[in-house]
Order: sequence, then structure tokens, then C-alpha cells
Amino acid sequence: MKLIFAPIIVLTGLPLFAAEDLSKPIEALRSVKKEGEGNEAAGKAWQAIVKADAANLAEVLKGMNGANPLAENWLRAAVGVIADEALKAKKMPVDALVAFLKDTANSPGARVVAFDLIQRADAKLAEDLTPTLLNDVSSDLRRHPVAKLIEAGDAAVEKKNTDAAIAAYQKGLGGARDEDQIKALAKKLRDLGQTVDLPSHFGFLMSWKMIAPFSNADRGGFDTVYPPEKELKFDASYEGKGKAAKWVDFTSKDEYGKIDFNKPFGMEKSVVGYAATDFLSTEDRAAEIRIGCKNGWKVWLNGELLFARDEYHRGAKLDQYKLPCQLKKGKNTILVKCCQNEQTEQWTVEWEFQLRVCDATGTAIVAAK
Amino acid sequence: MCLTAGVAKADWLQFRGPNAAAVSTEAKAPAEELKIAWTADLPGRGLSAPIVVGDKVFVTCSSGPGQETLHVFCFNAKDGSKRWERAMRATGRTMSHNKTCVAANTPCSDGDRVFALFSSNDLFAFDLDGNLLWLRGLTFDYPNASNSLGMSQSPVVIDGTLVVQSENDSESFAAGLDVATGRNKWKLERPKAANWTSATLWKGVAALQSSKGILGVDPATGKTVWNYEDGASTIPSSVVHGDLLYAVSKGITALSPEKGSVTQLWRNEKLNPGTASPLVLGDHLYVVNGAGVLIKASAKNGDESWKLRLKGPFSGSPVAAGKRIYIVSERGSFQSIDPDAPEGKVVQEIELKETVLTTPAISDGAIYVRSDAKLWKLQ
Repeated sequence: MKLIFAPIIVLTGLPLFAAEDLSKPIEALRSVKKEGEGNEAAGKAWQAIVKADAANLAEVLKGMNGANPLAENWLRAAVGVIADEALKAKKMPVDALVAFLKDTANSPGARVVAFDLIQRADAKLAEDLTPTLLNDVSSDLRRHPVAKLIEAGDAAVEKKNTDAAIAAYQKGLGGARDEDQIKALAKKLRDLGQTVDLPSHFGFLMSWKMIAPFSNADRGGFDTVYPPEKELKFDASYEGKGKAAKWVDFTSKDEYGKIDFNKPFGMEKSVVGYAATDFLSTEDRAAEIRIGCKNGWKVWLNGELLFARDEYHRGAKLDQYKLPCQLKKGKNTILVKCCQNEQTEQWTVEWEFQLRVCDATGTAIVAAK
Repeated sequence: MCLTAGVAKADWLQFRGPNAAAVSTEAKAPAEELKIAWTADLPGRGLSAPIVVGDKVFVTCSSGPGQETLHVFCFNAKDGSKRWERAMRATGRTMSHNKTCVAANTPCSDGDRVFALFSSNDLFAFDLDGNLLWLRGLTFDYPNASNSLGMSQSPVVIDGTLVVQSENDSESFAAGLDVATGRNKWKLERPKAANWTSATLWKGVAALQSSKGILGVDPATGKTVWNYEDGASTIPSSVVHGDLLYAVSKGITALSPEKGSVTQLWRNEKLNPGTASPLVLGDHLYVVNGAGVLIKASAKNGDESWKLRLKGPFSGSPVAAGKRIYIVSERGSFQSIDPDAPEGKVVQEIELKETVLTTPAISDGAIYVRSDAKLWKLQ
């Protein structure tokens, strides 16, 4: 059959591998799991996919939809090989890639790859598409139009057209989801006399109930179940490290939402603190709790442990850890355990975290009133 | 490891080359007067060193606003033209100290495959033509395996096992992976402490260094062969020469490991490597301290011969070939040193005019150096 069929393919100019022929190898790549499970089959499947004609690029990209990050990388690498050949042969299927990009049902990661391929094949077309990506579900794709708006604002400043600059920067800030761009835009707007509410933009949770100090001697407090992990009674008092541990109200004034235990409890060492707050969701929905913290920490949502991390003083940043979760309509209780260790160097003073609730793009989810 | 019986041409297959000892085994040394033969542009950052397999030079980079894009490049050694490039995306955490980046671990090769590990714990195996053979996401597998300052432990490959380390404050481990499939042959819990050192090879044993000491493991099984427990550095890596292991431990401690035991031969606490790892050339040990001073000492007893101030500071380690030691400063000053001169002597300097935080590679009489933007061949 193959011997008869192959010449027909050549004569008709059809791709060497029709899209449907790739379904099995794509599925093999999508089947890879933790600890290398599926690698053997994926390696063979990858070899088959990279031989596919460029006309199949969108189909291979589609394989990334709903795939785990490992499978995405198998497919991403395969797309790269096919695209390299397509560029050399000037056969990049740009129309199909544009259609793929525009269909937001496709996965953000795959659409980012599609945009990159469009850029490589037709930079002018990519530039024309850029403004349409300002409110995209992919934060990576948003970077392009935000960068353009920053350029436009800067150009307006040069021409002393302040209104145009403010408009460009504000539009950019509306779309920006990455910290570097948000910081840059906030500074530019403030330099022009504008007010920027960063806590609201990011969706930091600013008001918490906090309790401390419990002991973290020998870093054993990380795994010790103290009363706040069993009950949240905000009028209760417990035996703490050298003094009673009581709940206090704390509202952060930091525009990056830092919840600093040192402020209400003093600069303690080898201690554990807890912070609790309620987030009112307007609906049942998927969300991400994103935390930045350089202390040991655990986060619970409605009593379910989302993640625990026992690293101390190696650095913190915005969205350092992204914890996918499911919010329920109404009250959602978030509990954070924050552990300070015994180190005494100046750079180990911090006993704090920042936390926000957002969607997978990084857009703040606004709490119900 | 007999240096005098060098081979005509040798690959440089891992961090610090043959046996991770930083000394070329080639009979032909690089030219006395080196020049830049070619320069290739790189699209991203990297502290990883190049490796050389035959006529191919491999190098990794990371790019993007959060260093999430992971690149593996293959260049022609002859002219620096690109043979292939693969770009993937980090599945693990990409946060690191500003000085380092996600492409910090040097790749390694068994001659048929290239294994590229990144600080995000993403690991890719390619054949020499760029076909993806397998991949792993070690933080995807073990979610607390990461270091917010970044990681840099370079893998080594021994007799069909790829030994990888992901040693950090939390989920700290080393593992032996099947080179053909990437599946675990074994996995060891390691001390819970940040560690940037790379494994060295002692007579077929993988020597895993940490703050606790150095553990010699059978690469096929992960079982302990010997264990030195008197502490060791977590930044510069130790070096093997002949039957001895020169441990970066309380200065330098010369060790004679045996099955089940380790004998200490000598210790010199004044031989304190800074970030750079030491090397042994002939009968002498060379250490670059934190002040950028190269110290020559006897490999037999640790006695110092001389000190030579170099143009530092250094993040990369020295390498050697023939009768020369080569090192590149953070400011891009490539320095060729004659260690046989009475007080040591810098015999050539080449200003690369870029920040260089990595270790050179040597193959076929040429030296390869990379920065965040360029790869150079010096010949």
C-alpha cells in the first residue's frame, strides 16, 4: 500500500504526512508523565513528527492544548525543527499560524510559539497583530503590545504631548501583567503626576489577622502543628515562644503587599507566625494564589494545604510560587504559616510574605464587596 | 591519568573536561600566541561552559524576561557556524540571583548524546544531530527541588548513567539516570543545604560534594563506595589527579579514597579557593583564591611555591593544557599563565570585552570561551 500511495502524495503536492497521521505520535508525546514515564515512546514519536511537512505545524501546535509542561516541551522542540525547515524552504504556513494565534481556545503556550513563528516568517505581520494582544489570556503575548505602548508614551513625552503619553502608559498598564513592565509604567505615570494603585492592580491581600510567636527551634516549627492549623479562633490566646501568642489585626501599607511579621511582633528569630484572611469570591472558579516569601511557609485554602516550602533567605520575588486552586463562591479562608529561622545576618531579618489572588494570566481577581 | 602520554585529539565532554579535572589530555597544546579564530552570537545568558564533541561545540543559554526560554546550540568547531538550535521552556522555577541565570549548569556528553541540565531542573537529552531523545522536568517530578538563588551543579555521565544533582535547602537529591531513557536508576536523598558544586570522577566513582563532605557513589547503583565526612565547600568543586582526590575542604585536603574508607594525606588551610575550582598540573596544585591570586603548591604535601596576582575577579575556573593554565576574569580578561616561570607569569592576555562568568573548554588545540552574548574560539 505504501509503495503505491507514496507517489500519489508527491504528485499531488500534498504534505508527506497528512495531519491525521500525526495523531498517534502526538498522543505519544502527550502521554509523557513524571520521572521519565513515556520517554521511550515519545523519542520515537518525536522522530516521526519532525519529518512532517510544515503544513502540519498548526496541528502539532494543537497537540499542546491541555498537555502537561513536559509534553509541551516535546512538542515545542518538534515545532522548532519543522519551523526551521519551513523557513529555509519559505513554506511557513503563516495563515494557519495566524488563525491558530487568534483562536484563544488554543493553549497560551502554543499561541506564544505560533506568534514567534509568525515573527520569524513575517515581522511586519507580527507587528500588525501586536495591538490585538493587549488583553490576551497569555501574559507573554501581552508583553509585545505593552512594550509598544511604552515606546509610544516615551515618544509622546519627547514631543511634550503629556496627555498622549498618559493615555499610552495607562493603556499599557491596563494590559501589563509582568512586574518589570508594571513597575516601569507606574514610574512613568507617577512622573507625570498620575496616581497608580499597585496593590489593586496586582490584587495583593492587604488585611490579615496575624498570630505569633510560636517556636521554630532547630527549624522544627515548620512541621509542628500549632493551634491555628487546627482552629481559627481569633479571640484565643496560646502558649508561645517566651510569651503568649495572640491574634492581632494587620493591614499592610506596602504597595507590594508585604505582610511583615516583624512589625506587630518584633524582630524575633526561630519563630513561627500565622496569618489568616478571608477572600470573598463572586463565583466558583479556578484561580491561582501567588506568594512571594523568603522564609519557610505553608499555605492552606479552606483548610486544604496547597504547598509547603522550607527554604530560608535565598530570595523572594513577586509571584515566586504559583499555586493553582479552586475558589468557591462566597468566603474562602486563606491561612499562611511563615517561619523565621535562627540566622542572624543582616539579610535574614525579613519575616514576611506577599500574596495575591489572580487568574492564570496574572490578572487580579476582584473580591466581592 | 597520565598527562605525558596525551592523545592526538580529545573531546571536552563536561564541566572541566576529561575526568572533570580541568586539564586537556591532548598531546597537542594550544598555540603559544592565541588569537580569536571566530565569534558566534548567542541569544541569551549563560554561566554554563561550552563542551566539545568531535567537530561540534555545544552551549546552552537562557533568555526571556524571566529566563524561561532554554536554548541548546550546536556550532561547527571549524568556523562557528550554527548546525542546530533547540528552544524549550522551563517547567521548573527560574528565579535566581542576578549574577547567575538559568543556563548555569554545564552540559555533558557520552560522545553520542548531549545532556543539557538547567537551573530550572529541566533536563534534555539530544543526539549530536539535535534529535530530542528524552527529557525530564526534575522540579515537575519533585516539586520542592529548587533554589531561589539558582542552581549550577553540572551533570556527569559514567558508563551509561547520567549523574545529576539538585541539592538545595528543601527537596535535595542526587540521581542516576539511564542515558537511553532518562528514567531513574537510583535516587539518593542529599543534605538539605544549597550546593553549587559539581561531581568529580574518581576511578569510575561519582564523588558528590556537599557541606557535609564528599560521598563516593557507584554510578550504576548509587550505593556508597566511600564517604569523607569532614565538610567541604558548596561553591568550588574538588579535583581528582591520579589516585588522589584534592578536596576543597578546610582549604585543600588531599585524600586517598579506598573502598569503604578515606585516608587524609595532607591539609593546607591556606589554600582557599574563592569561586574557582582548583586543578592539578603535573606535580602541582593550583588554586585561585577569593582575591584573584593564583597559588601554586605541591600536590605531594601542599607546600606553597609562589603566589601570582591575576586580573580578577573570577567566577569561572582555570583549565590547563600542555604547560599553560588558562582563566578568564569576570571582566573578560583571558589570561594565559606559564606556571613553570619562577614566580609564575601571565604570558598573554586577550581582552574579550564582555562579562565572562564561566570556565573555558579545550579541544583540538583550541580554547572555547562564552559570555552572555558570545562564544569565542581562541586558537
